[in-house]
Amino acid sequence: MTPALFIAFGAMLVIASLMVILHRNPVTSALFLVVAFCSLAAIYLLLHAEFLAMVQVIVYAGAIMVLFLFVVMYLNLKHDVEHGIHLALRRGTGWILGGVLLAESLWFFGHRWAAGPLAPEEALATAGNTEAIGRVLYTRYLFPFEITSMLLLVAMVGAVVIAKGRGPHVERGRPPQGAPGAPAAPADRQETA
Amino acid sequence: MIPLAWMLGLSAIVFVIGVVGVLVRRNALIIFMSIELMLNAANLAFVAFAREAKSLDGQIFVFFVMTVAAAEVAVGLAIIVNVFRLKETVYVDEINLLKG
Repeated sequence: MTPALFIAFGAMLVIASLMVILHRNPVTSALFLVVAFCSLAAIYLLLHAEFLAMVQVIVYAGAIMVLFLFVVMYLNLKHDVEHGIHLALRRGTGWILGGVLLAESLWFFGHRWAAGPLAPEEALATAGNTEAIGRVLYTRYLFPFEITSMLLLVAMVGAVVIAKGRGPHVERGRPPQGAPGAPAAPADRQETA
Repeated sequence: MIPLAWMLGLSAIVFVIGVVGVLVRRNALIIFMSIELMLNAANLAFVAFAREAKSLDGQIFVFFVMTVAAAEVAVGLAIIVNVFRLKETVYVDEINLLKG
């Protein structure tokens, strides 16, 4: 039963990923990416990584994809128009290089993997591993966890500062006439006259 | 019990799809989505090896990768929005501000 489910969700993942890079409409690509993330969450469930499956759905399919869709719709992109000899050449090169890389990695992964030393501690729990992950995360990986919070803070501040920009509305916008602290208004009037 | 080779093969396939997406598309948003695909392929390999080694360390790493991906998406999309304001396009071959 489990291998059949794995094959089904794996096929779903591959097809959705292909549609992400093949579809012309960015909104459709983003929605197919949601499908890919959800099928990957199902595969995590099959691998007894229940906590990661939940985080995958909440963080990736929820937060990150909402951000993507918001930006795609904010930018109001048209369908991609791609033609010309350069693009065809580049696309052919890309597919050939991708095929070479795929053959290489499949050949590499096809070899037998020797079993490494087993970690001595926790056996994987049968009904959810959230408790075990929490225990490891707050003891042995406490310092990286705290560093992660710092990283998120820096990214948040950076995103706000970058997206705010200097902004054309600041440079182009005329201060209202007669407003206090608008000494540039007479110069502007001379310029337009 | 799913063989390890299947999961690694699936991970390789998804990773290559992401690489091809970066190579052939010129919409910066699609390139970003392809990068997300590659990160997820790496996550799948982490989880597969974690199950194989009966250890939780791989899953902890996936957790950290997800955090970094969230931070990267926030900053990257802010940069894309800024570039769109400046150049009115998100096609990467029309963004050549650094060209001499």
